[in-house]
Amino acid sequence: MRGDTMTELLLEVKNLKVHFETENGTVTAVDDVSFSVKRGETVGVVGESGCGKSVTAESILRLLNEKHTNYEGNILFEEKDILKLSYSELQKVRGNDISMIFQDPMSSLNPVYTVGNQIVEALLLHQNLTKKEAESKAVEMLKLTGIPLPEKRVNEYPHELSGGMRQRVMIAMALSCKPKLLIADEPTTALDVTTQSQILDLINELKDEFNMGTIMITHDLGVVAEVCTKVVVMYLGQVIEEASVESIFSSPLHPYTQGLLKSIPQIEGPRDEKLYVIEGKVPTLTQIPKGCRFAPRCEFATEICRDKMPQLESYENDLKVRCWHFKDIQEKRGGMNGSRNESQTVNS
Amino acid sequence: MQNIMTEEQLNVLKSDMKRKHRNLLVKRFLSNKLALSGSIIMIVIILLAIIAPFFTSFTPYELDAMKRLNAPGGEHFFGTDNYGRDLFSRVVHGARVSLMIGFAVAIITSIFGMIIGLYSAYFKKLDGVLMRISDGLMAFPAILLAIAIMASLGPRVENVIIALTIVFTPSVARTVRSAALVVKEQTYVEALRAQGASSSRIIWLNIAPNVLSPLIVQATFIFADSIIIEAALSFLGAGIPAPDPSWGNLLYDGKTVIFNAWWMTLFPGIAIMLTVFGLNLFGDGLRDLLDPHNNKAKK
Repeated sequence: MRGDTMTELLLEVKNLKVHFETENGTVTAVDDVSFSVKRGETVGVVGESGCGKSVTAESILRLLNEKHTNYEGNILFEEKDILKLSYSELQKVRGNDISMIFQDPMSSLNPVYTVGNQIVEALLLHQNLTKKEAESKAVEMLKLTGIPLPEKRVNEYPHELSGGMRQRVMIAMALSCKPKLLIADEPTTALDVTTQSQILDLINELKDEFNMGTIMITHDLGVVAEVCTKVVVMYLGQVIEEASVESIFSSPLHPYTQGLLKSIPQIEGPRDEKLYVIEGKVPTLTQIPKGCRFAPRCEFATEICRDKMPQLESYENDLKVRCWHFKDIQEKRGGMNGSRNESQTVNS
Repeated sequence: MQNIMTEEQLNVLKSDMKRKHRNLLVKRFLSNKLALSGSIIMIVIILLAIIAPFFTSFTPYELDAMKRLNAPGGEHFFGTDNYGRDLFSRVVHGARVSLMIGFAVAIITSIFGMIIGLYSAYFKKLDGVLMRISDGLMAFPAILLAIAIMASLGPRVENVIIALTIVFTPSVARTVRSAALVVKEQTYVEALRAQGASSSRIIWLNIAPNVLSPLIVQATFIFADSIIIEAALSFLGAGIPAPDPSWGNLLYDGKTVIFNAWWMTLFPGIAIMLTVFGLNLFGDGLRDLLDPHNNKAKK
């Protein structure tokens, strides 16, 4: 690993658009998404269900059904455009340079093979190892993920393991080839809370050990606070805000991000208060509003919001937001609850 | 927590786990009455087909004009037929022919059905073509299609196998395809693609083992079905050529003298019935055994 790898750009998604051809015409599930991941950095991608975060993740490995999918834009991984790779080049990148962990550990492992076998398969696919070497490497990887008695576990079948264990096996498998980028698609959603934090700690530890870039896709802001350094908030296929994790929690700029943060139940304060909800529903992708996509649900929406789509504007350093009124909102809030630092407690 | 194990301990552990797994399989098999009784019937029939000819002094082709249509008893256990041939050795030799054909058809249809089913499940475009062809083949009644193919190929043992293979492959392909379609949508297949596995690797090393159990069950039923259809073909004169003893031929010979010599229809009939019954029991038992939903309860 090189010296100043921290600042090196690993993945750059530029103006990515993903169109699906469906029976009801073309649907644009991801619309003009750009973000970047540096080595050793964890980027959180947050949003409601159906906002395009998983599609973005799957596009990075081109896992979507190519026949019904059209990509636009660039996905640069170490300056190579993944969208332009041939199929065999793509197979070399998959699993070797970029790995993915999936949401559901229950069905992510093949039931007919032992877990050791499946890790060995990934290793043999990408690395020049003998079967024996790969087997001891599999045990080593399992040990790394903190599974007790890894020598015994490698010979067990997936149904003999618990959900947390299986997710550890998935992580061991994903990391076995030392990828440069790890995509974790809601890795903790199917797990209970205690296991969740263990798995997150594990991903964090291993990330530092291998100096990986990580994309953490989640709808859980707690997860974001725990592991991410940068956050990309998506709404209906677009990036609406991009900022460091500190400023997202302390001073969210976009009304949607504010709404998301407000709807987290607070441990302190009166219990009988109802939880905050963002009014309205997410429109479907076939009936996208003309102006700002969040306008129909936004309390700050004005004429211009309903009429013209705002662009993703850079603001201060590294902050980006897609809203016509973010400056007004910021001023108004500044007057209301004093300084930025006051609400920082959410973060800890 | 993380105690290191020596190579030796590891191997002991490994073989221990393997033995336990094997014991569990044996126990499950023995506790499954259907599979057990089916396999006992089949083993007895197969053993008889192999060793019985050594215990009779007659060959299935030996004519004896003096002993036409003798009733069972004496040196002819099952009596003699209208040419004075020993019926027992003919039934036993018929078992060899029928079992061989059934087995061959089951194996060959499994191989073809597996290939067609897996590829049409995985590749959408192939699916349309291959499944329409098998729809076309399945639209014919099995026996009619078999007769038509036999009529064009001519009556020989190899041709019976070819005809039955063509008749049964579509249904195997369907079974494999529907099982593979379910497996294909599982996350682990997507995870494999995310790891850079090639299509053929996913199809043969990862989807195929998951569709084996319905395939094996289907194969035993096809074994039984092809015995019945082979008998029907031979009975109609479109199967195994005449002097060779197949169960269908024996029934055909017995048909004309059914009121004078009941044994000529009864014994081959019982042979067919027992074999098919045994195979069906075995198949039903296997289905229960291999169905993972049942395994959980028995563990």
